[in-house]
Amino acid sequence: MSVDLALIIAIGVLVACGTTLVLERSLTRILVGFVLLGNGVNLFFIVASGPPGAAPIVGASDERMADPLPQAMALTAIVITLGVTAFGLALAYRTWQLEGHDDVQDDVEDALVIRRAERDDTSASFDEVDESLPEEEGADLPAVDDEVTRENDEDHESPDDGDPR
Amino acid sequence: MNHLASQLVLVPVILPLLGAGLCLAFGRSARAQRIISIVTLSIVVVAAGALLWRADQFGPQAVNVGGWPAELGISLVADRLSALLLVVSTVVTLSVLLYSFGQGIVEFGRDTPLSVFHPTFLVLSAGVSAAFLSADLFNLFVGFEILLAASYVLITLGGTEARVRAGTIYVIVSLISSVLFLISIAAVYAATGTVNLAALPERIAALPEPLQLVLQLMLLLTFSIKAAVFPLSAWLPDSYPTAPAPVTAVFAGLLTKVGIYAIIRVQTTVFPDQPLRTLLLCAAILTMVVGILGAVAQSDIKRLLSFTLVSHIGYMLFGIALATEAGYAGAIFYVVHHITVQTALFLVAGLIEYRTGTTQLDRLGGLARAAPVLAVLFFVPAMNLAGIPPFSGFLGKLALIQAGTESGDWLAYSGVGAGLAVSLLTLYAVAKAWNRAFWQPRDEHVDDDVPSTGALHPGQNTVTEDKVLRLPRGMALPTLALVAFSVALTVAAGPLIGVSQRAADELVERTPYIDAVLGDVP
Repeated sequence: MSVDLALIIAIGVLVACGTTLVLERSLTRILVGFVLLGNGVNLFFIVASGPPGAAPIVGASDERMADPLPQAMALTAIVITLGVTAFGLALAYRTWQLEGHDDVQDDVEDALVIRRAERDDTSASFDEVDESLPEEEGADLPAVDDEVTRENDEDHESPDDGDPR
Repeated sequence: MNHLASQLVLVPVILPLLGAGLCLAFGRSARAQRIISIVTLSIVVVAAGALLWRADQFGPQAVNVGGWPAELGISLVADRLSALLLVVSTVVTLSVLLYSFGQGIVEFGRDTPLSVFHPTFLVLSAGVSAAFLSADLFNLFVGFEILLAASYVLITLGGTEARVRAGTIYVIVSLISSVLFLISIAAVYAATGTVNLAALPERIAALPEPLQLVLQLMLLLTFSIKAAVFPLSAWLPDSYPTAPAPVTAVFAGLLTKVGIYAIIRVQTTVFPDQPLRTLLLCAAILTMVVGILGAVAQSDIKRLLSFTLVSHIGYMLFGIALATEAGYAGAIFYVVHHITVQTALFLVAGLIEYRTGTTQLDRLGGLARAAPVLAVLFFVPAMNLAGIPPFSGFLGKLALIQAGTESGDWLAYSGVGAGLAVSLLTLYAVAKAWNRAFWQPRDEHVDDDVPSTGALHPGQNTVTEDKVLRLPRGMALPTLALVAFSVALTVAAGPLIGVSQRAADELVERTPYIDAVLGDVP
């Protein structure tokens, strides 16, 4: 199958730029990145249709035409991208209304877990050994909890980044 | 085949969309919206039941929409797997809808725009049905997008700060998975010239093996994000818990399972010859273990449940990864069980939140005495989730473990071991929630300065002992019905396992599905 090199390069540039932008913190930039990605993918659909040939819909005809199916798919994808981008922009606007910026934030709960770990605190789910109650199963619990806290700590590597509120 | 009867396949997709349109038209009258939603979803439940019966008796039911031949147009197919999942998902959706009525009457009306809720909820239902029924990859994508677009609206309902924050993460992750899905579809089309699930196996088999592997990995990656398979699961516990209770419940029950369904479908129908067993088994084990370790550390019921949701996705993936008939059957049964139980638990969490104003374990206590009905409602599905006999959770895990030991290599055995350990840890996690919230007296000395996980709604902590709230019947009855349904899964486990088994047979055999799609349907 012969492919159009210009299209491939365009796809590469669009997807690369899109990916870079999606990795940003600001929701608006992420959305621009998403639009670029979406356009790159739509071009990919055109490449996927291959060279013109006998079109499947019209039936037996000698005329060579472009494959209409990927175009239909690309159209559908364009519509969906448009709708979702509109929603995303509304979301960015709402975030800006509420907080004065539209940065995507770290999870609040994760930040709390990290803060606890830094203070060497017990996790909130850790049961203090209560002397007034008879000894139950809890003897080995601290070990389990510490492990988990540490694991959560490792999962989220940017404790200083985007402290909530 | 009776063509007229197979048109039934269209009902679960089209009817909710129509209903959503009607609901929008009657946006001013909450009463009209309720009636439309209930009637629509009830009809869909009946249609799904009829579809399951027909698919079980007469084989897969297929319709080529608009009369285009299968490879060009849109085909919808209900085989046993699709129909079974359709029945469970619509029953769950209906009960969540009833619950949301109860909650809406009691609670909403002030800050949540209810006129948006019903149409979106119906669109979500249509999207889930479309994803279950579609017979080509692109239509599957459209189904996903329908349900995702609806879920974006639902997860940010009301536009409060916490919901917008959580919703942003959810939307971005979904956007990226959608782009990946589109790239995979384009790649599949470029390689094979079709996206029809029934036409693909033959053409995929003709491709060079490395290319097959690339296509399969791309599709699996996409679906794994949707299904929240570790390491692609981090978005789920961050974004689910802040949404309103009915929304979280229906998300937890259905959305990840649509991803699991897509994995089953692609693995069995399109790539039957290379199950990628080692990779998927490792992912399954890691999902189970990491998910449940997260759950153990949580001190908020909703977050705890979100982590168990991730963890139990691992069980289903384990069954799929085994790539045996028994494994598939176990996975299918487990999906049915888990949809019901997880949704029920989130509804109960919503009831707890309504009753006490919080779902944080360190602020709860003594609920067993204060609200015995609530205690029972929590206890039964919690034990079911942990897999205590005789509940369906036990039967599902048993089926998966049997399938694992039948396979008999060390990786399958380590999966079995992980499954057993994780079910024990699930028991620990839910038992802790039970002890804290229901059994122990409430801890009066909660220090508000200490950051506690689950402190998302510090302002809502307005629990006072003298505030005697009765459980609103409109919320409690649907929860009760769903819990009863989950218990009924145990009672009806024989026939259900039979259907799962036959669905797995059909998946492994493949020809009925392919014949139904590519055959001489109108």
